[in-house]
Amino acid sequence: MTQLTSIQPVAGTRILGIGGFRGERVVPNDEIIAPIDSSDEWIRQRTGIVTRRRAAESTTILDMAVAAANEALEMAGTTPDELDVVLLSTVTYFEQTPALAARVADAIGATPAAAYDVSAACAGYCYGIGQADALVRSGQARKVLVIGVERMSDFIDPTDRSISFLLGDGAGAAVVGPADVPGIGPTVWGADGSLAGHIYQTDSWLNLREGTGNDTPADIQGGTWPTLRQNGPSVFKWVITNVPDIARRAVEAAGLTMADIDVFVPHQANLRITDQLVKTLGLREDVVVARDIVETGNTSAASIPLATERLLREGQARSGQVALQIGFGAGMAFAAQVVLLP
Amino acid sequence: MAFTEQEILAGLAEIVNEETGLPADSVELDKSFTDDLDIDSLSMMTIVTQAEDKFGVTIPDDEVKNLVTVGDAVSFIAGAQA
Repeated sequence: MTQLTSIQPVAGTRILGIGGFRGERVVPNDEIIAPIDSSDEWIRQRTGIVTRRRAAESTTILDMAVAAANEALEMAGTTPDELDVVLLSTVTYFEQTPALAARVADAIGATPAAAYDVSAACAGYCYGIGQADALVRSGQARKVLVIGVERMSDFIDPTDRSISFLLGDGAGAAVVGPADVPGIGPTVWGADGSLAGHIYQTDSWLNLREGTGNDTPADIQGGTWPTLRQNGPSVFKWVITNVPDIARRAVEAAGLTMADIDVFVPHQANLRITDQLVKTLGLREDVVVARDIVETGNTSAASIPLATERLLREGQARSGQVALQIGFGAGMAFAAQVVLLP
Repeated sequence: MAFTEQEILAGLAEIVNEETGLPADSVELDKSFTDDLDIDSLSMMTIVTQAEDKFGVTIPDDEVKNLVTVGDAVSFIAGAQA
């Protein structure tokens, strides 16, 4: 009988380097409150956000991803030719094909690395780390570049009071490579498409196809470009009900207890969510909690690597510390894992 | 065993106190969560989630907007126990 050869797995994986890029424009609450009839105080109280970062007009989503990728490669001491896979998570790249990951791989000199995009919204980066861990541990890839990038400002409606005012533009990236001792714990992940109405796009792109005149329902309503919406209270309830258990399962899967966690990096959705999770999880009192949302806003797939990059750059966290990261968002996709910081 | 309306009110008052710091005795049946107790939509969801746990009931998201006063919540929870 013919026997196939399978690849030799490696003992473990680790995040070797991390990088970030934040939109150049610092956008304070005062700049966006008029169309939503709100106030700086209301936004701070409801979300914790003081400013959000948004990309300059001329900065493309590709530029942002490349900047974060190069920074992560530099920190990891990895050259682009060592990458076997470039895996990119986004919901704001408005070309159906080819994948943005392939363009990034080309721009950073990683061709012919395998390159593909993942659509898992705010859970996308943790989905990516889970896949990168599996690819490297199985021996299928030597090193994997994981990118979360969003130009959310292309996907907002300034008059929307549900989510647009939270959103920022940014990119975060991590290089995952082999390690003698595991530095990425098992990923606890899932999704619940029955709750697709919690965070959604206002309309299908297909309706734009007919929009050649002023004769389609979408044109008549004056809202032809689809934008993002959420049912904030329902999302909040889903998170506080489900995420603590997901987090506990990820910690347990890594063979640790909550007392072992040094750094907590939840998706930067809303400071109220972060605070509620901290209250519920029973983390150590001295645990470092990522609160990058205050200045950067909610950058969806980019928020966890950006928040991590900030903690390391500012010296609030250090290499080797045990971090619990957890992403959650549209499609109620979620993913959590414990990682050792690079 | 079902909770009485009095027990539900006392339990809710405890939850509201923990979430907002308001004195438990200020949580009365005719008080509006938003106008009198100054509870916003996210805090309301925390209260709802804890009430679900405490009283073993389900309060659907769509129902929350109908819980205007503390009395509305007490009645809904009392009815949902059945």
